[in-house]
Amino acid sequence: MATQRLQYERPLIQRVNTGILNKFGTRTEYAPFTHIDGVSVKSLISEFGSPLFVLSEKNIREKYQEANRAFKTRYPKVQFAWSYKTNYINAVCNIFHQEGSWAEVVSGFEYQKALKNGVPGNKIIFNGPDKTDEEITLAIQNKSPLHIDHLDELYRVTEIATELNIRPEVAIRVNMDTGIYPMWDRFGFNYENGQAWDAINKIILSDKLELTGLHCHIGTFMLSPSAYAVAASKMSDLAIGVLQKHNIKIKYIDMGGGFASRNTLKGAYLQGVDTSPSFDQFAEAICTAILNAGFHKDDLPLLILETGRALVDEAGYLLGSVISNKRLSDGRRATIMDFGVNVLFTAFWYDHKITPAQEFSHYTEDTVMYGPLCMNIDVVRETCTLPPLKKGDHVVVHTVGAYNMTQWMQFISLRPPVILIDRNGKPQIIRKRETIQSIEMEEILPAQLKDFKL
Amino acid sequence: MKIRNNIALSDSGFIFDPSTGDSFSLNPIGLEILRMLKSGKDKSFILTYMVDTYQTDMETAEKDYDDFMGMLTQFHLLQEK
Amino acid sequence: MSKPHYTIAVSGLNNIDSPGPGMPVIRALKEAESFTTRIIGLSYDSFEPGLYMNEWVDYTYQLPFPSAGQEILMNRLRQIQNIEKIDVLIPNFDAELFSFIRLSNRLDKELGIKTILPEEQAFEERHKANLSAWGQKHNIQVPPGTMIHSIYEIPAVAAQYGYPLVIKGKYYEAGIAYSYDQAVNWFHKISAKWGLPIILQKFVTGTEVNITALGDGNGQMIGAVPMRKQVITDKGKAWAGVTLEDEKMMDFARHLFKETRWKGPCELEMIRTKEGALYLIELNPRFPAWVYLAVGSGQNHPEALVNMAMGNTVKPMDTYDIGKMFIRYSWDMIVNMKDFEQISVHGEAGKNKKEN
Repeated sequence: MATQRLQYERPLIQRVNTGILNKFGTRTEYAPFTHIDGVSVKSLISEFGSPLFVLSEKNIREKYQEANRAFKTRYPKVQFAWSYKTNYINAVCNIFHQEGSWAEVVSGFEYQKALKNGVPGNKIIFNGPDKTDEEITLAIQNKSPLHIDHLDELYRVTEIATELNIRPEVAIRVNMDTGIYPMWDRFGFNYENGQAWDAINKIILSDKLELTGLHCHIGTFMLSPSAYAVAASKMSDLAIGVLQKHNIKIKYIDMGGGFASRNTLKGAYLQGVDTSPSFDQFAEAICTAILNAGFHKDDLPLLILETGRALVDEAGYLLGSVISNKRLSDGRRATIMDFGVNVLFTAFWYDHKITPAQEFSHYTEDTVMYGPLCMNIDVVRETCTLPPLKKGDHVVVHTVGAYNMTQWMQFISLRPPVILIDRNGKPQIIRKRETIQSIEMEEILPAQLKDFKL
Repeated sequence: MKIRNNIALSDSGFIFDPSTGDSFSLNPIGLEILRMLKSGKDKSFILTYMVDTYQTDMETAEKDYDDFMGMLTQFHLLQEK
Repeated sequence: MSKPHYTIAVSGLNNIDSPGPGMPVIRALKEAESFTTRIIGLSYDSFEPGLYMNEWVDYTYQLPFPSAGQEILMNRLRQIQNIEKIDVLIPNFDAELFSFIRLSNRLDKELGIKTILPEEQAFEERHKANLSAWGQKHNIQVPPGTMIHSIYEIPAVAAQYGYPLVIKGKYYEAGIAYSYDQAVNWFHKISAKWGLPIILQKFVTGTEVNITALGDGNGQMIGAVPMRKQVITDKGKAWAGVTLEDEKMMDFARHLFKETRWKGPCELEMIRTKEGALYLIELNPRFPAWVYLAVGSGQNHPEALVNMAMGNTVKPMDTYDIGKMFIRYSWDMIVNMKDFEQISVHGEAGKNKKEN
């Protein structure tokens, strides 16, 4: 009988010092990642296909509890509101609602989703610059906190409230200089130039709306807790000013979201895992600023947080397979995957961590990682150090839970299914693989275009 | 195709090209193929050896061999014909 | 009584024309009077000269680049610590400091490796972009500076500071503008390379003077030696320098340590104006490459750092020889391909491998 054949690996040659081929360079960076919550990547792909999004229910709940604990141990009144745009698959939303989150929506579509999920109207925070008359009417009738973005909206809400003869609870969105760039001054009313005070005065003097809250959202993927300290103290100043000038107690301060997740932004030298602040650091900055602002202890406002990314990013994985290996004209290795920027939209701004899902030797090779689209922009990683993968090998893309399952495109191919691994380690489909019917359902083909001959 | 005579091959997979001053590093299978090339073995011998010795098929072995030879050419390690 | 023997790991072995501080630090440790050493080099690149300087470095291990992440660095150090018994680690590369500061507790608890490094907050606060605020906080004179994100902010700042105006990048590079147009030019040039923000700084003119120093983290200055560069290379690095007698500089440094409770080594880069006023322009959170001048003039700062790390009593050093000079030279070593291969392929090398 033939003797046992040895493990095969593609022959590799590399210039020394252009990517050191010894086992101490980057080896452990790409240690194989074979199981998610105890379920093997291989079995997930064989059961549900490739590519495939996988979410860990356990991780979502743990992250939420960690954030909740960070704030509640520092401040007496804290409420999270799940940011629907980050991931609005119903199963995901409902995990957050089960944990106690309200809903935070920025469109009529998201508002409807929250209602259908069973969130009470008065616990759906309605943000964003674009709210139609119908949406404003519905929100007022449902007693949803309306966060007003601009003066045109302020006038329209006032008119609709007058027609309905209801005095709705509203907040204004405030933008401000917190020392970070870019300053998000396109949303809401500016603090420094007095626009915010102007809007507050208009609301209070007209007496048609009840000013109950102040809202801000200073930026996205924020790596600096101190910017939140500046924002929280400016928000508190406004609230205390409203009390002193108009004798009106602001019930809540909504600090929005924007906490960075543990992803690595393109161009960053150090890994996001090492540099992203913890919930404790953000909580310390925000809570200390509000507690030191000078509120009477019985008048402390409710602190609302709309954190999205930092709560769900790490729970998400994208599993995929190698379609082919190529050598580019300049000698660089290229690997073509079965997922691209169409499903992994965040590849445009992150260098996602990508690990093989099976064991390899310690030899690695730098490779460009392309998606399968027939489009030049379809690059998943410009450069990435991986063992010599072959056709059919699986990889795991990490930290993809935020913004992918909402910003993905149905472009060229259909969107993959989403699996949730529940707390017992059981995989459940929470969004089915799209079919041609899911896309064509909304199309109408005029009668004169039904037939042709070729 | 033969590897240039003056290329020094070491057991650790390190090779030094004295005519350019470049040095390279190989994984064990790469080193094995380079050794066979140096001793004058041809493509079909090497491919048969690979399939007999390792868990791979002729198609994969040939594809990887061609790719590897492409890199050797790019690095100017092969003898000019 | 016999001296204790310590195993000390040192990085920054790039003793090239713009040298890292590793080799001078090692030289200082080898000359320590209070202990004997085994020196472990930590390298990132097979071309770092220290790798081949076997009379100074007993054995060297390669580390993963800081960009690979702290967990990977920790794993590699664990692997090294299984072979060596490192007592103290002295990181000397700017790019690795953040990771070592973050890991310092774990290095001590999990691996028994001691470090003497600044607190993360202090490390972050003294960054170029924040220096102005940091100076105000601690009552340390720094040239007034303002961070800007757009050229539209230049006129207001220029009205305050006047021209000429220093225009600095977030990490590197600076230019001097004598007019608004020049300022705009520098803004675009530097921001294209290093991104935003740009720092506008009041132009302070005078002589550049430097101090290499060590703080104990409780407000005490353990040692400090002031120096002026006498000749610089075309990269602006010291080629020769001389120790100074300047009580004002020493007071400045003492005040800085007292106020900031800076822990560990640092280099203070300062400007002394015609009127004799001192401005801090940069604080480098590590030993400078010229640290051996301190040793040569009577203060062995690396030795003191190791003693601090080992919990030995360290007395502040307050005298040094004035008028001592250093003149730097370069030296071509002859290296065998075999030695280059050893570090490139195996990730470790040296004449003095530890046998278990």
